[in-house]
Amino acid sequence: MYVVACIKQVPDTTQVQIDPVTNTLVREGIPFIVNPYDTHALEESLRLRDRFGVRVAALSMGPPNAEATLRKACSLGVDDAILLSDRVFGGADTLATSRVLSAAITNLAKKDEIGIVFCGKQTIDGDTAQVGPGIATRLGYAQLTLVDRIEDLDLDKKTIRVRRKLEGRYEIVEAPLPVMITVVRELNRPRYPTVPMRLAAQKANIEVWNNETLKLNEQEIGLKGSPTWVSKIFSPERDKGEIIGDGTNDPTGTAALLVDKLLDKDLLTL
Amino acid sequence: MTSTQMIFIPLFLISGFFFLWSCQQRFKLVLLGESDDRTDQFSARLAGMFRYAFFQKRVVQRPYGLNHFLLFWSFLVLMLANGEFLLHGLFPALHYGKLPAPLFHGLLLAFDLVSVLVLLCVVLAFTRRLFFPPDYLDGAYSTARSGEAFLILGMITLLMVAFFGMNGAELTLGELPKEWMPISGAVGAMMSGWSESTLNATSGFFWWLHALVLLAFMNFLPRSKHMHILTAIPNCFFRSLETPVLPSREIFEEGSRYGAQQVDQLSWKDLFDSYSCTECGRCQDVCPAHNTGKPLNPRQVVHDVKVNLLRNGERLDAGKSVEQPLIGDTGEGSVSEEALWACTTCGACLNVCPVLIEHPGKMLKMRRHLVQMEARFPEELLNLFENMEQRSNPWGIAPSERTKWCTQLDAKPFVAGETEYLFFVGCAGAFDTRNKHVTVALSMIMDAAGVSWGILGKDELCCGDSLRRLGNEYIFDQLAQKNVDLFKEKGVTKIVTQCPHCFTTLKNDYRQYGLEVEVLHHSELVADLIKNGRLVLKNKVQEKILFHDSCYLGRHNDTYTAPREVLQAANGTAPAEFERHGSDSFCCGAGGGRMWMEEDAGSRINQARVKEALESAPETICVSCPYCMTMIEDGLKDEAATSVRVKDIAEVVAEQL
Repeated sequence: MYVVACIKQVPDTTQVQIDPVTNTLVREGIPFIVNPYDTHALEESLRLRDRFGVRVAALSMGPPNAEATLRKACSLGVDDAILLSDRVFGGADTLATSRVLSAAITNLAKKDEIGIVFCGKQTIDGDTAQVGPGIATRLGYAQLTLVDRIEDLDLDKKTIRVRRKLEGRYEIVEAPLPVMITVVRELNRPRYPTVPMRLAAQKANIEVWNNETLKLNEQEIGLKGSPTWVSKIFSPERDKGEIIGDGTNDPTGTAALLVDKLLDKDLLTL
Repeated sequence: MTSTQMIFIPLFLISGFFFLWSCQQRFKLVLLGESDDRTDQFSARLAGMFRYAFFQKRVVQRPYGLNHFLLFWSFLVLMLANGEFLLHGLFPALHYGKLPAPLFHGLLLAFDLVSVLVLLCVVLAFTRRLFFPPDYLDGAYSTARSGEAFLILGMITLLMVAFFGMNGAELTLGELPKEWMPISGAVGAMMSGWSESTLNATSGFFWWLHALVLLAFMNFLPRSKHMHILTAIPNCFFRSLETPVLPSREIFEEGSRYGAQQVDQLSWKDLFDSYSCTECGRCQDVCPAHNTGKPLNPRQVVHDVKVNLLRNGERLDAGKSVEQPLIGDTGEGSVSEEALWACTTCGACLNVCPVLIEHPGKMLKMRRHLVQMEARFPEELLNLFENMEQRSNPWGIAPSERTKWCTQLDAKPFVAGETEYLFFVGCAGAFDTRNKHVTVALSMIMDAAGVSWGILGKDELCCGDSLRRLGNEYIFDQLAQKNVDLFKEKGVTKIVTQCPHCFTTLKNDYRQYGLEVEVLHHSELVADLIKNGRLVLKNKVQEKILFHDSCYLGRHNDTYTAPREVLQAANGTAPAEFERHGSDSFCCGAGGGRMWMEEDAGSRINQARVKEALESAPETICVSCPYCMTMIEDGLKDEAATSVRVKDIAEVVAEQL
């Protein structure tokens, strides 16, 4: 049985700035990282492998340099690392992306049945949280989003019970396999690669699947298959702050002043 | 052949054979260790051997060491006596009586006086162990007061008693010149009324007592902690000649393994060290982790290596799997992970060991194994490792923010061929809110003195100190290579740092990456600027300053005077000293990567140091390290000593500009 982890290479957003003239992300010289939520998806896949002996495949759609993301996955111990890369996949929105990933998972299912597809709850660059549910919809899988704990997995009965972390409450739900799960950070603590695994990962075989492999209709993928168009990206203006009181010479008075301000703006009520 | 000979010769041969066999059994296990060349600089090694082994430089640094010094030298003198004793027993015709009379008499006098000295020393040793042992030897692990220790002392006593009994009888029989053996003479006087046959029997009895105890003593040596009698002298010869003792550079190739999981993955010198330990306990006395109740005792670590080697050695030699793991919680013979992570790498144990055992290196090798082969480490280190790998600083702050500290200042980039000093700001200096003040202070000082300096800005990477001490050599290696390449590309020849960790890493560790440039800690640069008259200070404020030595500036790099000179010049008076200062300084608790870890076990190291500081009621505690700054400031808060300030030496100087 396959457990699939969908991972994405994203720019390290703490280092991303927006070009004020063109309103686009300045990506030059910005290092890429594995989308942090996806590292938890990957970790959970590996834990299920450790416990149940399932096979773990890491899938990533992206340009050729996204290979680095898959090498990282290899250094953590995935069995298969597959890069979905083709010019016609480029410029995809979440719908087109989920079509390519779904096709890849269907292709993978030719080798062995799919049990679980793990995705991070969202990426830190797009923040849509749509690709995971998109995959579930395309494949007709049950979708369990925002999962912070796997309560039970029964491979004989092919059911899974998970806890979903919702605002102010938890929800425990059960679904039949195969299932698509999006995960939150609380689910686990990702492992750290050993040096021998890192070195092996540098030479690991990364399969590349392009559209010759997936044979998707070019009108439904990439830029052409994306109904979403980004018209503008901009940083919201930030109002100038103010210095209140004289903290050095009158800390007590300044603190009182601060509390008054916060009360005025109604920021201290719960 | 006499009847004595007929019994003694086979006895001697058997015990001699057994002694050599014991030695061979033990020393062949040392060869299981990995190679480590300790044969260079022969004359320096020889000189060190005399300094540390024969003149016992470190042994005598503590009062009772003098007792050991006297015993050691008496032992050497009495080796001449015992050599003759054995030779005479084997070949009765051979004895010192054949030597010219003055030499013979001199030897007799020396043996007589030295033997009584040994008895006095042994009495003192007994008394100390029984009635006033040093407090650091309390607790479960205290072999200095074990049966083994008393057995050895008992044997030495018996040897001396037999010496005087035998000589007393022989003197009375008129076989030895009385006037050259005053003590034996006094013993002999007690036998003055005895018949010749009683005297002969007495002499024979004591001869055999002496012979048997001597052979037993010899055979006991390689099987006890007194093996150090055989190994301590060569161990001093094979000591590390580097200051600081550097870990080896690892080469990352497929199929290699990293660090030490088994005892044969330590170096042969690590194993020889374990045979040389006298279990005196000085390392545990000075260890900050042990002193604050952590599960680390450096003496125990060295002892565990020895026990593990003796337990697994034969099996490893035969290519079999080990009986007991080196790292784990399986009691004596294994080192727990908690103990390994408790080390601050402060080097106090290294600095105090009388036989120059290298404790931290062994623990580092085990850390390297845990991190690199098993990815097992305290969970709080995961963020550190990932931040270092992704953003090349411990906090994971964007590298573009490395220059934020100088937004108000005219800090220039380092320009090849134009700038003299590269100011390697360091992560704390660039990102830590409190420590940025030190960076600014040093910049102001250098500007005031007209120093040509520049920075690398966002291109500077963490030096990797914490990674290396924590055993994450793989990421350290990446940072070190990139930094060294950058220094070379920019043509850097002089570097100044404001952090002893950057300082030691750039100056010492990076030599393994081919970096040969002048690296200065800011205390050295500022001291020079003051001496050369380039920096003129107003010298108005006179604070009561207490100076705290940082481990990596002091013990690891022997820099004690520069920061004191700077403070003297800036404050008008010499700084006050901690009770433990200079090479005896006590760690703040943050070295060895401990800065990034929780300190749950025992009490806190920084609080211990702050309590020591408060005893001398300082107005300001002066530091020369960002980690010390954080730890001492936190310790003062815990002790509610809010009126005491913590300043870096650069800040004290900058106030006087």
